[in-house]
Amino acid sequence: MKFLISMHINPAVLDALTDEERAAIGEGHGRFMEALKESGEFILTQALADPSQAAVVAVRNGQPVVTDGPFLESKEYLGGFYLVDCESKERAIELAAQIPDSAIEGLGIEVRQVMFSEGQLEA
Amino acid sequence: MTAPPSIEGLLRELTPQVLGALVRRHGQFEGCEDAVQEAVLAAAVQWPAEGVPDNPRGWLMTVASRRLIDQMRSDHARRERETATAADVVPEDVPDTDDTLVLLFLCCHPTLTAASQTALTLRAVGGLTTAEIARAFLVPEATMAARISRAKQRIKAAGSSFGLPEGAEREERLRVVLHVLYLIFNEGYTASSGSELHRPDLAHEAIRLARMVHAQLPEDGEVTGLLALMLLTDARRDARTTETGDLVPLDEQDRTKWDRALIDEGTALVKASLAGPELGPYQLQAAIAATHADAATAGETDWAQVHALYLILERIAPNPMVTLNRAIALAETEGPPAGLALLATLDGDERMAGHHRLLSVRAHLLERTGDTAGAYEHYRRAAKATASIAEQRYLESRAARLRP
Repeated sequence: MKFLISMHINPAVLDALTDEERAAIGEGHGRFMEALKESGEFILTQALADPSQAAVVAVRNGQPVVTDGPFLESKEYLGGFYLVDCESKERAIELAAQIPDSAIEGLGIEVRQVMFSEGQLEA
Repeated sequence: MTAPPSIEGLLRELTPQVLGALVRRHGQFEGCEDAVQEAVLAAAVQWPAEGVPDNPRGWLMTVASRRLIDQMRSDHARRERETATAADVVPEDVPDTDDTLVLLFLCCHPTLTAASQTALTLRAVGGLTTAEIARAFLVPEATMAARISRAKQRIKAAGSSFGLPEGAEREERLRVVLHVLYLIFNEGYTASSGSELHRPDLAHEAIRLARMVHAQLPEDGEVTGLLALMLLTDARRDARTTETGDLVPLDEQDRTKWDRALIDEGTALVKASLAGPELGPYQLQAAIAATHADAATAGETDWAQVHALYLILERIAPNPMVTLNRAIALAETEGPPAGLALLATLDGDERMAGHHRLLSVRAHLLERTGDTAGAYEHYRRAAKATASIAEQRYLESRAARLRP
């Protein structure tokens, strides 16, 4: 079963972290990725640029209208995700709990099952 | 693998034979398995161009043995040996034993997860390449390669010997093997993705493997039952979806599209297995499938028999999903309220809470009692709960007809 484990970050919370804490998060992600790859559950991961760099695109009367900034004003934004293929939802939740962000107040981890796949997954 | 179907079929058939012989000679399953995979890949490239050798099994054995010896000599500087020369070498004698079962027992080792068991089984016994297995499960090849390699390390760490376990353990392991084949079949049968076209046919692969096990253990009722269940289910494949991929429920299927040959074979197997001394879950499920197959129209279904079979199944292998299916049969014999009353007994079961099957069956039965609003609500909730797109479309279309 494929799951998207998405990481929702609060930039204010991230800014308040010490350098050591940030380094620990980075190392935690590194270890997490290694373990995932070795177990044969890893598909891919991506981290996104800051939400302030986002563009919102709408087409009105056939013309694209582009505005700067994130779609929703919010405290938390999608910061990145892991795409995994694992045994069950329980296992996906177990994996999510190993992501260092899950231990930090104000950062959120969400687990959702994938319904349709196309492209990169086709070896 | 791009080899023509005849060569591909031959390679898949020979893979477990060559692997078994190699492990018997050299031990170390994990190294032998890699060597055989490489030999199969080499054959898939060479045989279509140069012709199938007179002794294909001997050819594979020779090439695989060399690969293995190369591996043993040096893990670092593994030479890319020209396999062309290997074909000229006098083939080593391959002992005439069938190790399919032993290999299956090893691949379905209890320390492995189901995902690893299925992957390893398809490669070591099914003769599929890692790339093919990855495509079948829609994961990158690197993911599948890591999974297979981890599985082999675990088997090595468990220190399994190459042989059939005895007594109760053998019985226990055989059940795992059957479950893995069942999972492979289901993965293929319920596949619902945009890229189905190029996916290897896992349902047929599972049937082929079940036939291999059945040939080895023709007296085992559950082996026979599983093979029959697969054949009877696969017989409905063409009637199960429309050309645009929409699901067609059993009672609306065009039964002339059912594959008669598969039904006849499956039904004969069920009858034979029911005459035996034991009675297991696969036999009962196959008997239920045979009862459906026996009805020329949905209206002629012998629901009393279906219900009786589910009742026995519920007793020997209690499971909320079986109770759910019995509720459908009960609704047919005693009316929808009786079915709904049985469903109500599942509400406290954690395994079923919010399960889309429970929601959709309840929706169907509510619809038949005339509770349109309740049915609409449950179809909508079921559509949200399923992870299958085909099923979601079907449930949404049922809901749409009842929209208030």
